[in-house]
Amino acid sequence: MTTAKEFTLAELIVAVGAQAWANDGEVLATGIGPLPRLAAGLAKLTCAPGIMMTDGEAYLVEDPIPLGPRGDYKPKLSGWMPYSRVFDSVWSGRRHAMVTPVQVDRYGQGNISALGGEFQKPKVAMLGVRGFPGNSICHKNSMFLPNHSKRTFVEGEVDVVASVGYNARNWPEGAKPADVKLGVVITDLCVFDFNGPDHAAQVLSLHPGVTFEQVQDATGFPLLRAEGMTTTAAPTEEQLAIIAKLDPHNVRATVLKGNPSGVRAA
Amino acid sequence: MNKEMDLKAVVAQLRDGMTIGFGGWGPRRKPMALVREILRSDLKDLTLVAYGGPEIGMLCASGKVKKLIYGFVSLDAMPIEPYFRKAREAGAVEVSELDEGLLLLGLQAAGHNLPFAATRVGLGSDVMKYNPDFKTVKSPYADGEVLLAMPAIKLDVALIHVSRADRLGNTQTDGPDPFFDGLFARAADKVFVTTEVLVDRIDAEYSDKAKSQLFERCFVTGVVKAPLGAHPTASHDAYGWDMGHLKDYAASATEEGGWQRYFDQYVKGDEASYAASVGGEAKIRALPLPIF
Repeated sequence: MTTAKEFTLAELIVAVGAQAWANDGEVLATGIGPLPRLAAGLAKLTCAPGIMMTDGEAYLVEDPIPLGPRGDYKPKLSGWMPYSRVFDSVWSGRRHAMVTPVQVDRYGQGNISALGGEFQKPKVAMLGVRGFPGNSICHKNSMFLPNHSKRTFVEGEVDVVASVGYNARNWPEGAKPADVKLGVVITDLCVFDFNGPDHAAQVLSLHPGVTFEQVQDATGFPLLRAEGMTTTAAPTEEQLAIIAKLDPHNVRATVLKGNPSGVRAA
Repeated sequence: MNKEMDLKAVVAQLRDGMTIGFGGWGPRRKPMALVREILRSDLKDLTLVAYGGPEIGMLCASGKVKKLIYGFVSLDAMPIEPYFRKAREAGAVEVSELDEGLLLLGLQAAGHNLPFAATRVGLGSDVMKYNPDFKTVKSPYADGEVLLAMPAIKLDVALIHVSRADRLGNTQTDGPDPFFDGLFARAADKVFVTTEVLVDRIDAEYSDKAKSQLFERCFVTGVVKAPLGAHPTASHDAYGWDMGHLKDYAASATEEGGWQRYFDQYVKGDEASYAASVGGEAKIRALPLPIF
C-alpha cells in the first residue's frame, strides 16, 4: 500500500467514507449521492466485502456499478431489491446508509424536509422527510456534508426533524427513545461522530491542513476533540485506482466547488 | 363481464372532495392520461395520496387539490417537483407529510380493513408534530413498548397504469419494481387502470406472464386502453421518461402564466393531440429507460 501524494478532497472523502462500513458485516449499504456511493463501492472492494449493494434501481449486485453511462458494461445481478424489500431491509435493521441532510444539529438530528416559515407554508420546501424517520430509528446512518458551515451545522435544533438523533425530548410520553445508531459525519473539513460524553459531537480527524479552531468556527454547536484525534489518512494509490474505475466519467470532480486538492495550503 | 371504459367515463365517476391514490413512484408509471382528463374536468377539493411525481404537481397547479398525503413528490433528476414546491411555499394545500414507509403501512392497514398499523417509524421525528392527529398505542405484551398507531389511509379511488390488461380486469405490470400499486389497489373502494395493451383474455395471450400481476381483478372497477398513457413518466418496458418534456414542464413553473401555457400547449385537447404535441408515438416509444 502506497500512500498517494496527490489526491483531491473528493477522493480523500471517498477513501475515509469507505471506512464507515468497515465493521458492518452483511448489511445493505446505500450511499446516496456520488461521493457516498463511491465510498460504498470502495468499501465493498476493500474493507467491507460483506456489504450488499444495489444497481441504484431494483436489483442487488456483487460488483459495484460504475457511475454514469456504462457503454457496453452490463451489470450482473445477484438478487432483487425493489422498494418493498428496501423497507423490509430498513425495518430489519440490516442496512447502513450514508446520506446528506441539509441541516444537522447537536443531537445528530437531520433535516431534508423544509426550511423556515411554518411547516404548512415553509420559506423553502425541500424533499420532505422521505425515508429519514424510519431509517434513523431502525438502522445505522452516516452522513456526508459537502459544505461545513453554521448554516448546515446549526446552532439550535434543525427546522424539521426528519431523521431522529439523541434528543429524548422529541419522544412521545411513555415511549423509550430508540437506540439510535449514528455513524460518522464526513465533511469537507473533518470527520466527526456523536460518541462523546452524552452523545456530544467529537472530531475524530481533521483533513490535511485544517485546524480544529477552523472547524469549530464553522459549526453552530460545541465540538470536542476525540481521544487520539488525528489527521484524516490520505488515500493509497490502490484506493485511487479503484475510485477511478468506479467513476470513469470523473463525476467526483464536480461535487465540491473548484474540485480542491485534498491537502489544503496552510 | 366487460370492464372496458374510456377516460371520460372514469372521470365521470369521480366527485369533488374525493380521496384519490396514484400508483407508480415519482416519474415512473403514473396514470397520466387519466390525470390529464381530470385536468380537463371541473373536479376540485381533491385529497391526493402518492409516492408523487408530475401528477401531483399538475393537479396542484390547476387548483384542484385540497390536501396532499405523500411520501415525497419528485421528478427524480429534479429532486423536488416544481409545482409541488410552489404549492408548498404558497401554503396553497394542506399537507400530511409522511415517512415513505408510513405511507406503505397506512395503505396496507386500509387494504387489510384494520384501523391502524403499529410501528416505531415516525417516533422521535417531526412527523408526529406535523400530523397532530396521530396517536400512540402501548403494546399489550410484556414489553409494554409505546408505538405509533399509523392510521389506515382509505382511498375512494386508486388510479394505476399497467402494461397489459384484459376486459375482465386482469392486469400485468412490467418493469424491475412493482412499487406499491398493489397496496393502492387494495386500499381503494374503486380502482381504474389505464393500460398500454388491452386484450379480451389475458390468460389466452400472456399466460406465461401471470406472475407480473400485482393485484386481483376483484379490485378493478374499470379498464381504459391508453397506450402511451404514462407519458411523460416511464412505463417499463414500453418507454422511458421524457426528461426533455419534464424540463419544459418544470420551466413553466417559473414563468408568469406558465401553467396556462403548459395546459394550452399540451393538455387542452385530447390524448391524440397530446401525443402529437409531444413529438408523436414513435418518438415516445424511443425514449430510453433510465440508467442509474
